[in-house]
Amino acid sequence: RERHRAKRRDGDREKKKRRKGRRRRASRAGEREDELQARHEKREAGRRKRAKNYQESEGRERDEEEQAQIKTGKTAKTKKNIKNEKTRKVEQEEGEAEERNAKGKKKHGSAKKEEKDEDGGKCAAKEKTQEVKKKKHKRKGADTLNSLSPEELEKLKEAVDERKKLIQGLRGKPWSMKKKLVTLRESQEFVEKYEGALGKGKGRKLYAYKVMMAKKWMKFQRDFENFKTACIPWEMKIKEIESHFGSSVASYFIFLRWMYGINMILFGLTFGLVMVPEALMGRPYGSIPRKTVPRAEEASAMDFAVLWDFGGYAQYSVLFYGYYNNQRAIGWLKFRMPLSYFLVGVGTVAYSYMVVIRTMARNANESGVGDDNSFNFSWKTFTSWDYLIGNPETADNKFASITTSFKEAILEEQESRKDDNIHLTRFLRVLANFLVLCCLAGSGYLIYFVVRRSQKFALDGLDTHTWWERNEVNMVMSLLGMFCPMLFDVISALENYHPRVALQWQLGRIFALFLGNLYTFIIALMDEINLKREEEKIVKFNITTWEASLYNSTVSENSTGPPITIQPADVPRGPCWETMVGQEFVRLIISDTMTTYITLLIGDFLRAVLVRFLNYCWCWDLEAGFPSYSEFDVSGNVLGLIFNQGMIWMGAFYAPCLPALNVLRLHVSMYLQCWAVMCCNVPQERVFKASGSNNFYMAMLLVILFLSTLPAIYTIVTIPPSFDCGPFSGKKRMFDVIQETLESDFPAWFSKVFSSASNPGLVLPFILLMVLAIYYLQSTSKSYKEANVELKKKLQTQNEENKKKNKRAALKAQMDLEEARKAASQTADSSQRLYHGKNRRNPPAPVREQGLPATRAPVPRNYHHGNHGAPGYLPGFPRQSEPRMHRVPSLQRH
Amino acid sequence: MGTTASQLGKDLLSEYQELTFLTKQEILLAHKRFTELLTKDEKDLPNTRVSMERVLTLPELKSNPFRKRICYVFSTSEQKDGSLTFEDFLDLLSAFSDSATLEIKSHYAFRIFDFDDDGTLDCGDLEKLVNCLTGETDETRLTTEEMRQLINNILEESDIDKDGTVNLSEFQHVISRSPDFVSSFKIVL
Repeated sequence: RERHRAKRRDGDREKKKRRKGRRRRASRAGEREDELQARHEKREAGRRKRAKNYQESEGRERDEEEQAQIKTGKTAKTKKNIKNEKTRKVEQEEGEAEERNAKGKKKHGSAKKEEKDEDGGKCAAKEKTQEVKKKKHKRKGADTLNSLSPEELEKLKEAVDERKKLIQGLRGKPWSMKKKLVTLRESQEFVEKYEGALGKGKGRKLYAYKVMMAKKWMKFQRDFENFKTACIPWEMKIKEIESHFGSSVASYFIFLRWMYGINMILFGLTFGLVMVPEALMGRPYGSIPRKTVPRAEEASAMDFAVLWDFGGYAQYSVLFYGYYNNQRAIGWLKFRMPLSYFLVGVGTVAYSYMVVIRTMARNANESGVGDDNSFNFSWKTFTSWDYLIGNPETADNKFASITTSFKEAILEEQESRKDDNIHLTRFLRVLANFLVLCCLAGSGYLIYFVVRRSQKFALDGLDTHTWWERNEVNMVMSLLGMFCPMLFDVISALENYHPRVALQWQLGRIFALFLGNLYTFIIALMDEINLKREEEKIVKFNITTWEASLYNSTVSENSTGPPITIQPADVPRGPCWETMVGQEFVRLIISDTMTTYITLLIGDFLRAVLVRFLNYCWCWDLEAGFPSYSEFDVSGNVLGLIFNQGMIWMGAFYAPCLPALNVLRLHVSMYLQCWAVMCCNVPQERVFKASGSNNFYMAMLLVILFLSTLPAIYTIVTIPPSFDCGPFSGKKRMFDVIQETLESDFPAWFSKVFSSASNPGLVLPFILLMVLAIYYLQSTSKSYKEANVELKKKLQTQNEENKKKNKRAALKAQMDLEEARKAASQTADSSQRLYHGKNRRNPPAPVREQGLPATRAPVPRNYHHGNHGAPGYLPGFPRQSEPRMHRVPSLQRH
Repeated sequence: MGTTASQLGKDLLSEYQELTFLTKQEILLAHKRFTELLTKDEKDLPNTRVSMERVLTLPELKSNPFRKRICYVFSTSEQKDGSLTFEDFLDLLSAFSDSATLEIKSHYAFRIFDFDDDGTLDCGDLEKLVNCLTGETDETRLTTEEMRQLINNILEESDIDKDGTVNLSEFQHVISRSPDFVSSFKIVL
């Protein structure tokens, strides 16, 4: 209200003052004055007049308040002269921004601040602050005379707080920078000056200290924010891609970066808590059989082919499960290795679940608002341009896609779209789905077949087979993953779906394919595990006989001498199925990575090179015609990434090196793909925006996470660990390590409590309680949802009502207009404008000169002090905008 | 980078940080890019204006259909020539930055779409806007019939008080519900 007050007073003095002011300003030299234009003033005057009309009531209040102020002022009335002098001194001390105003003040006595007012255009807040300041100057004088009353102090405090708030909110104001700068400087000065005046004695010191700390804290926060943004890797790369290809391609890279972050943490866990302790504190290589390469393999253990297959020395190292010893505590730290191994395995999965679900929840929150369809056309017009696009080609594609979306929307609106042959489309769609199913089944069978065959090869011994036969499984899986999506793409052309729907079908099919392949692979692996376990039984039996014979021979030959030391390499050992599983996964990841990179190089780079250079000597235009350049396939890449991650989750328990490998892979991917995208891809023809599909990808990731932890957990829980390798050897089940720790490392009462807590009598009610809680939460969320829908409906009906009301009002207005036309000789245009202005709660727009500065729009500010009738009008809008303030595109801030 | 930092001054830099949604690095980068647009002798003068033509050579703005409007809106020049000072440039980047509020973004979006600067989006503004979105070529243009239909539909949805135009509050109301306005109304250097 203060600001209106000031405005009004200004309006009163405006006429008198303007001439003087202009003359003086003309003589003054300063950058602000240079910019100043007569039209500012004119507009200002217009605004003030308008403001006057609407602030009559407030004006009255103001008068009352001023009277009250005068009363308080009376107490110091006798000292007024001194005060005024002091005020001037204070003014002189102020910074350069203030100096001009101070001059003006001296000349004009009571009307001090109007000058600045004219300068600053319609800087309402500034006026306000000036008003406050004027008071404060008096107070400063009073302060020095030690006559500060408590309520004055309170007011001062309020003013300071107000300024602070102003400073904080300044960046959210649509003003020009110059005005913001001036306001900021003034406010800061004010705050600094008067903050110290608050409080007395001890309180003052404390207050000053608090203020100082707050300032320091703010600065620290800002610096920390800067530091944080500086720490986000690949920001510039992603921005570059964003500007070339729009936000959807960039969203893939942001997703990749997010994945990288997660894998970094998984890697940190496994590396720091499992691999390093075992390597440093565990028994060294060659000390026990499980840590030694067997005699038979020793000759080829260092061959590159063997190492590449993760056999030989790689197999008998910290990279795999089998190397770990079942010693309960290792090293001088008494590090509980098996326990740590188990907990890290559980921890990785738990952490992944947590992160994925949290991100999903955040995304859902963000996209929860905008799912109603009431502003279809407006959104298409107002929000469809992607301002990040900085590449002419992408822009052209975007133009085309916007146009089509407009046309489609118009067509749909008209509902004149006829399905020319519904039976044919239906038939084609069924046919397409049938073909896709055939593909899926075929690929599944192929993988099963190949895996079984490879088991046969493995039984024969690897040396007798060619490279292809040894790597058949992985190669076949990668090739299927590469070619089937293309096939699906061809098939989906039959279906004639809308591109968005088609994309979803495509994604769903690729998902099914990958999932099918993965699960066939796992089933085949299970078979293999069973085989190994049978083999293990035989080996175990053999070992007992071997030991017995060894023992017998030692006893018989020299019973008194020391027992014969057997080289650990010579000890027969079981087929460690855990290591086998780990190896399979590592090989799969490696071959998958290789295929990805090679496809990238051949499919993108080589193609681009050929198209680019063969185009000079070819019979048709290669760039525009058949091969052309490749597009960046966002959905395929995201799916690839998700499945890769699924394999990591599945295999990480048996091969602790997997997260490390994956970090490496993602790191290389980032650079390679960034480069490939920038140098040999063309922007997509259909430019989709990223925001819609974020949670879709996240949901897929969650599904994959769940599906990939299932088999891992199944193997951990049901299959007994191998007897002679890994940290859990000798136990019946892997999770027995928990019980063992409880029994031996914790006090007896603890294990007693634990065992009594885990008896079914307690567990069952607990589970029941949880189920009930889930049920309760679910039903409440359901009711919230319903309430939401209800409110939405209400909103709509209210809108409709308003529309009707307004229509009626408009009609009436028209009639009035007609009358007015007849009656007066006003032009129709101006009267209509006037009427509309009233009707809209906006004061009539000021008659504006031609050269208005383009920086301000007059409408918004007037809106607030109009009458506040029509409560249904835009209900909840300002509040709704608030929580969205710090929103960022959802994938970006994980 | 070191020279730009010293040119900007520490106080000014922190003030700019206070007043915009940009981080320190972004402001420094903006300054670097802005000085690249200046000629040699202009560099020494404070508060130089860069003409719109030169601002539009920035790749970030080059293919934007609203590039001229953006310049006009953020320019504080008196001649209305769309020329920008560094501070105007910072204002621009701040409004288009990642962390700017929906309110400020929608405010500037409205001003950008308001082609005739009269404070409301009327049929003429909407037509120009749609033409900007569909590109310059004739093949992507909408026909007059389609255009009429489209504009009618837009007004039907967003013109709540039925005065034949969309004003700022109506515009913000529409925009605030849009799921992807905030993520697409962005320009980064």
